[in-house]
Amino acid sequence: MELFDNHKKLFGTAALMFIGLTMLVAVGPAISNQNNNAPLPGAKPLSPEAEKGKAIFVANGCVACHTQQVRNIDMDKMWGTRPSMAADYAGITRTDFWRNTATLMGTERTGPDLTDVGNRQPSLDWNLVHLYNPRIVVKESIMPAYPWLFTIKKEPGKHDVVVNVPESYMRGKEGKLVATDDALYLVAYLQSMKQTELPSGAVVPEFLYKPEPKVAAAGAEGAALADGKALYTANCQACHQADGMGLPGAFPPLKGSPVVTGDDLELYVDIIMNGYDARQEYGVMAPIGTNMGFTEHEVAAIINHERSSWGNEAAPVTPEEIKKVMEFVKLKMAP
Amino acid sequence: MKSRKVIISTFIAIVIALTGVNAAFAGEMTPSGFSFSSGGAPVWFVFLASLAMIVFAVALRSKVSALRESYRKRNSHTNRMLLEEHMRNLDSGQIDKLLTLKKRDRPGSSHKVASVLLFLLSLAASGPAAAQALTKADGSSLLSEGGVIITIALLSIPILAALVLLWVKISNAVNRQKNKLRMEEAEQLAEYLRSRPAEEVEAILAQRKKALDYSLNNRELSGNAPAEDSKGLVNIIPDYGLPIVAVKKKALPRPNIDPALSRLVLWYLGCATFWLLFGTTIGEYLGIKFVAPDADHLSWLSFGRLRPVHTNAVFWGWASLGMLGLGHYIVPRVSNVPLAKIKWGWYSLYLINAAVVIGTIFLMAGINNGGGEYREYVWPVMLLFGIALALSLTNFLKTIAARKTKEIYISNWYMVSAIIFTIVISLVAYIPYWQKGLGETVVQGYYMHQGVGMWFMLFTLGIVYYFLPQQLNKPIYSYSLGILAFWAQILFYTLIGSHHFVFSAIPWWLQTVAIVGSMGMVVPVVAGTTNFLMTFKGAWYKVRDSYTLPFFLVGIIFYCTGSLQGTAEAFRFTNLVWHFTDFTVAHSHLTMYGIVSFFLWACIYAVVPRLTGKEAPQVTIGTHFWLALIGLLFYSIPLMYGGTLKGLHWLSGKPFIEGVTLMAPYWLWRAIGGSLMWVSHLFFAYNMYKMIKRDYVVDVKEEAIDRLEKKSLNKQGLIVEEV
Repeated sequence: MELFDNHKKLFGTAALMFIGLTMLVAVGPAISNQNNNAPLPGAKPLSPEAEKGKAIFVANGCVACHTQQVRNIDMDKMWGTRPSMAADYAGITRTDFWRNTATLMGTERTGPDLTDVGNRQPSLDWNLVHLYNPRIVVKESIMPAYPWLFTIKKEPGKHDVVVNVPESYMRGKEGKLVATDDALYLVAYLQSMKQTELPSGAVVPEFLYKPEPKVAAAGAEGAALADGKALYTANCQACHQADGMGLPGAFPPLKGSPVVTGDDLELYVDIIMNGYDARQEYGVMAPIGTNMGFTEHEVAAIINHERSSWGNEAAPVTPEEIKKVMEFVKLKMAP
Repeated sequence: MKSRKVIISTFIAIVIALTGVNAAFAGEMTPSGFSFSSGGAPVWFVFLASLAMIVFAVALRSKVSALRESYRKRNSHTNRMLLEEHMRNLDSGQIDKLLTLKKRDRPGSSHKVASVLLFLLSLAASGPAAAQALTKADGSSLLSEGGVIITIALLSIPILAALVLLWVKISNAVNRQKNKLRMEEAEQLAEYLRSRPAEEVEAILAQRKKALDYSLNNRELSGNAPAEDSKGLVNIIPDYGLPIVAVKKKALPRPNIDPALSRLVLWYLGCATFWLLFGTTIGEYLGIKFVAPDADHLSWLSFGRLRPVHTNAVFWGWASLGMLGLGHYIVPRVSNVPLAKIKWGWYSLYLINAAVVIGTIFLMAGINNGGGEYREYVWPVMLLFGIALALSLTNFLKTIAARKTKEIYISNWYMVSAIIFTIVISLVAYIPYWQKGLGETVVQGYYMHQGVGMWFMLFTLGIVYYFLPQQLNKPIYSYSLGILAFWAQILFYTLIGSHHFVFSAIPWWLQTVAIVGSMGMVVPVVAGTTNFLMTFKGAWYKVRDSYTLPFFLVGIIFYCTGSLQGTAEAFRFTNLVWHFTDFTVAHSHLTMYGIVSFFLWACIYAVVPRLTGKEAPQVTIGTHFWLALIGLLFYSIPLMYGGTLKGLHWLSGKPFIEGVTLMAPYWLWRAIGGSLMWVSHLFFAYNMYKMIKRDYVVDVKEEAIDRLEKKSLNKQGLIVEEV
């Protein structure tokens, strides 16, 4: 055939076919996506610190293990309140002359998704300790340590951010561990990662592939059977640790804690839902419950897990009790 | 017979002990309780232990019955017949002795009661031991505990040792007893021989001896003259040495290759080998970091920076240089003309090497393009690579334009198109005008999959279409299937990039197109695989005689399975389970390593000896092959299994960190498999060295002739001078 024996025609045809298909599935959709999407009205641009933090995130290749996309399937519910959508990425533009746009969606989830990590883990102290060496706070973690984002100073200045880490992690060096600007920028970036709320009236996209509802008998009680241990592992353990001992100088122990074992449910629920910053010697606790949208069943399950673990022996609570307290606490916060 | 039984039972004992120890290790290693052998191991252990017992009992029984049989014989009435038979079966030497012997008398006795008693006693002693072993191994729920398994394994070692010892003792006892019986028989035979009249015996024996001593003189069919090989058919190499591996066919030298081109190709392949070693050393270290995350605390060596160093070095350094090197060999060969511009080939080589060196340093220093996989090099670095591609393309096209054949051989279709497409892909990926927001993600999906499928896969297929028929010494099965696969690959492969972003924010229709395209990929893959395998038809026996064909075969198998696995991974449901897990990593290694690297090795082992006239030792080529293959399987199967478990874990809503601890044993297996692969590359590098190295070995025959020639020349010279 003429086509096959003429190199110009043969390779020309192949190239045209490939370029045509490329236009159809890559360049065309890319242009249409960049032109027809705009950031949500509530989206906040990155602060200058967070912008620098993002550059550090990119430089260290964090995207190799951390995705930034909540897929529209039920199993991704733990990473955000709604699926990510085109508008979430629409505000991201080319980094600079040398470097491409960094949407950082990622293709591997060796570590947790970070789309909403600013809500899930807002604590500065925790983030700094975790960056210095993740295994201080999460023993099973295989994330790299980033000690080069920290320095050791004999006498830290007034504005230095001192990070409390256990003696064994100081590698025999004297002095205090101080976060460098880079570490603070990086944490600023992590803290800035929050899912933008959809404007009121907008239809929230659905999560697909919901698991089949449990058999009818469990239906009503199903929610009540929330797994306190799993909730604790997912939401509390990073700071308070699996053994409930916390980390000295950073996060308080729950074992034998008067708040956990005492009768002041109002304070207890308030801390879980709205955070806590009453004690100088420990880091600030974030409003985990509100951020994660805990129901009374979930809060009760966590409380009951904490009240019955590590030697704690306090009376269990019921979701009904907690519901009342939660409404009261919410009212108190409202004004 | 007896010794074989002892060996078999010992072997079984060792297997059982090993299984126990293995199970124990597996139990120790997995904090989450998942392992290959969890649950199954104790059952296997009990099963194998009982099996060993049964074998032991059966073997013992056969021994005892053999003994009983000889007793029975001895006491039977056929005794006399037996003795006569013995006499008839004497050999020549024995007859000699017998004939010259004087007859003598000797009495005999028997101890059979004692020995049977001994046997029974020892049997009784083995009973409790056997019973103990059985009860120990018998089923209870505790058996799945690591500690219990270790205990059982430890206990079974002395018990098994005792059983082996017992076996040896019994065998000896039985042997002694049999010998005693034989002695008695011998006595009787002597008596019998003595009792017969001397002349009669002598006559019989003499006749027998004459018969026994007859032999051929080995010259019945030939004359007495020495053999002469007048046609030079016999060629015996005297000091060949002891063969360790089966001898494979040697490569045929190709004398008419331009030495300048040959040097260029060798440099391409040499650089590729270097980048393979470098890239996989980094990869090996990354695999170790999954097991030991605190291996170092240097920013330049941290995981996120090294990961793209590994992928880019093996992509652009190893595979690309390897492919282009082979391309520079094939294009002029199938066009039947010299390469248009050898110099441009060198420029390409310099540019690509420069791109990988600079890109690696940049990545380690924290300078990258923004996180798109395989797009980590910033544009000035990738530009070097792009220029190299453009140079190679022009060079190849010029060569093809000047071709002396009418057709353009199919290899050139694949290779030249691959370069054209890759230039298009790189432009799409690096031009900024459509990369704002989600545009970047759409392009990323397109780029990362076209890079793999249109560059590495397409080019490699082109190489295989040249070297596979050459190595099999027969034409490709179907030229048309190759053409079908070519167009189908362009049609379907171009569509499938977005399947890396299924369920993400990119348009739903684009995801569906990608999934449909992934299903369409079955067409080119099945066409290609069929074509390659059918080319083997009628030539399968050649696999045995060749060290390159096994590499081709593995490549073809992975081309089929690895690519179809990609199709399976693209479906929406499988995305639920496998997306984001280590399954993807396993898949990319099955394909980039199992297909591309194995094909490249096959072709390199085929071409380099033709360029240099030197072959690598067969032993190290075999070692390279097996280590790479076994390593790849050790690497990918655990990752696929663990990745599936992890995905199911996520689906069931368990805390994320449990998925991390769950993967620990599989990451360890990956590091082990990766180490085997890495060691295989050391062997490959050694083989390259052996093939390329310029060494001077004195060829005795050549040298002798040279000297003779010199002498005769000298003589002539002298004569000339005298004249």
